[in-house]
Amino acid sequence: MINVNDILETIRMIQDENLDIRTITMGISLLDCIDADIDKACAKVYEKITRCAKDLVKVGEDIEREYGIPIINKRISVTPIAIVSAACNQSPVPFAKTLDKAAEAVGVNLIGGYSALVQKGFSAGDEALIRSIPEALACTTRVCSSVNIGSTKTGINLDACKLMGQVVREAAERTVDQKCFGAAKLVVFCNAPEDNPFMAGAFHGVGEPDCIINVGVSGPGVVRAAVAKYPDASISEIADVIKKTAFKITRMGQLVGTVASERLGVPFGIVDLSLAPTPAVGDSVAHILEEIGLEKCGTHGTTATLAMLNDAVKKGGVMASSRIGGLSGAFIPVSEDAGMIDAAKSGSLCIEKLEAMTAVCSVGLDMICVPGDTPADTIAAIIADEAAIGMVNFKTTAVRVIPAIGCDVGDELSFGGLFGSGPVMKLNSFSSSKFINRGGQIPAPLQSLKN
Amino acid sequence: MRAVITVIGKDTVGILAKVSAICAEYNANIIDVTQTVMQDLFAMIMLAQIDKMKTDFTAFSQEMEALGKEQNLSIRVMHEDLFQSMHKI
Repeated sequence: MINVNDILETIRMIQDENLDIRTITMGISLLDCIDADIDKACAKVYEKITRCAKDLVKVGEDIEREYGIPIINKRISVTPIAIVSAACNQSPVPFAKTLDKAAEAVGVNLIGGYSALVQKGFSAGDEALIRSIPEALACTTRVCSSVNIGSTKTGINLDACKLMGQVVREAAERTVDQKCFGAAKLVVFCNAPEDNPFMAGAFHGVGEPDCIINVGVSGPGVVRAAVAKYPDASISEIADVIKKTAFKITRMGQLVGTVASERLGVPFGIVDLSLAPTPAVGDSVAHILEEIGLEKCGTHGTTATLAMLNDAVKKGGVMASSRIGGLSGAFIPVSEDAGMIDAAKSGSLCIEKLEAMTAVCSVGLDMICVPGDTPADTIAAIIADEAAIGMVNFKTTAVRVIPAIGCDVGDELSFGGLFGSGPVMKLNSFSSSKFINRGGQIPAPLQSLKN
Repeated sequence: MRAVITVIGKDTVGILAKVSAICAEYNANIIDVTQTVMQDLFAMIMLAQIDKMKTDFTAFSQEMEALGKEQNLSIRVMHEDLFQSMHKI
C-alpha cells in the first residue's frame, strides 16, 4: 500500500495549496490547410481544428475527475498563421475569426498562433499579419497572438521592434472598452519556444509533429508551503526542498500528459515546468521569494532568490520527466500574482527590477500595465531591451505590456479571472525614438569571450 | 484499476461502515484499509479494486462525495497512479 503520509500530502497540496495542472494544450499543425483561396483555407483550418480537438475538453475533464487533479485550462496552439496566410495575399483577419469560431466549437478558452516569426526579416505574409493583429484581437475573444522579433542566432530585428511598439499600442486602443485587453493577448518574444503550452505566447512550431499534447504544470502555493516548513534552513537546504517539491509537481504533469495523449491518440510532447501564479491567495511566486526571506518582492536580493528558485524548479522537474520543454521556469506576471501586485503597489517593485528579474527566470516583462500616454517608440524600446537580455543569455524573453489608455501611474486595470488586476507602473519618460527609428538589425552576439 | 478513497474529517461513529457499504453496493472490492487519528482529525484511506464495478468512476466518486457532504467529511476517490507517480522514483 502507498504511504499514508504521501497520500495526505498530495491531498493537502491540491486542497489547500492550489496545486493544479495549469493547462493541457493541443498543438495542431495547419501546414496542410494552406490554400491561395482564403475561404477554402479557413474552411480547412476549421475542419482540422474541430476534428483534432473534438475530445480535448472531455478527456481533460475525465482525467480531472478520475485523478482528482484540477486541470484549469484546455487550450489549442496552431502553426503561426503568417505561414498559412502567406499564400492568400490579403488581410489574414478571416483566419483569426475562424480560429475563434473553432475554439468556441470545441470549448477551449484560448487558442494561440496568430503569430509571425520575423527575427531576421519579414517574409511574405508576415508584415500583413503583424499589422492586422490589433483588428484580429479586437474582433475575437479567444485568439492569442505572438511575434518573435529576435534570437541568439539572428540578433534582433529592430524594424520589427518598432512595428510591434505601434501594434501593442493599437491593440490596447482598439479594446479600450474591454480595459485594453487586446494587448494582454499579445506577446513579443525573443527566442520563442515552439512547444510552449502557455498563453498568450503559445504557437505550434513548424518542426513539431502534426498534432501533439503539451502540459503546463503549476504550483507556487505548494513550493511556498514547503519552504515555510524550514524557517531556519540554509539557502542550499531551501534549494533542495524546492527541487523535491518540483519533482512531485512535475510527476503529476507527466502522468496527466501521458494519460491524455493515450486517450486522445495523439503523441505526448512536453511538460512545461513552470511555476505559474494566479491572483488567488496562496498561489503567488512573489510570496515564495518573501517566504525565503525578503520583506517585499522587488527589494535587493530578489534577483538572487529568484535565480535560485528558477534553477531548483528546473533541476527537480528534469528528474521527474523525460520530456521537458516550453518555457520551463518561474513566471513573474505582475497582474496575475497577488504578491507582485502588492509589491508593485507598495513601490517595492519597479519596472527596472522586473527587467533584472527576467534575466534569471522565465519569461519576461509579463502583464505589466503602463501609462496610457506611453509613446509607441518607448514600448518598442522596452521590447528591444527585453529581447537583448534573451539574445545575450540564450534564453526566451518576452514582453506583454498593456498600455492603459486613459490611465496614469497609480491607477489600476482590472481584467478579472486568471488575468487579475494590475497597477499602472511608472516608466522612464525620456525618449528612445532616435534609436528605434534607426531601424535595421542588431547583429547576433558573440558566443565566446563571455563576460 | 485501483482507486484510493480518502476520508478526512471529525471522527464519528460508523464512517468505515458507510463508506464500505457504498463500495459493496457498487461492487468495488476493498483491498486494504488504514486509518489514523491525528489530534481529533480522522483520516481513513482505503485501496479498492474498481475494475468490476457496476457503475462508472464518475458516479461512484459522486456518490462518495455526496456521503462526505452529508457527514461533514471530505471524501475523495482518486486513481492510484497519481500517488505512485508523485511519490516514487
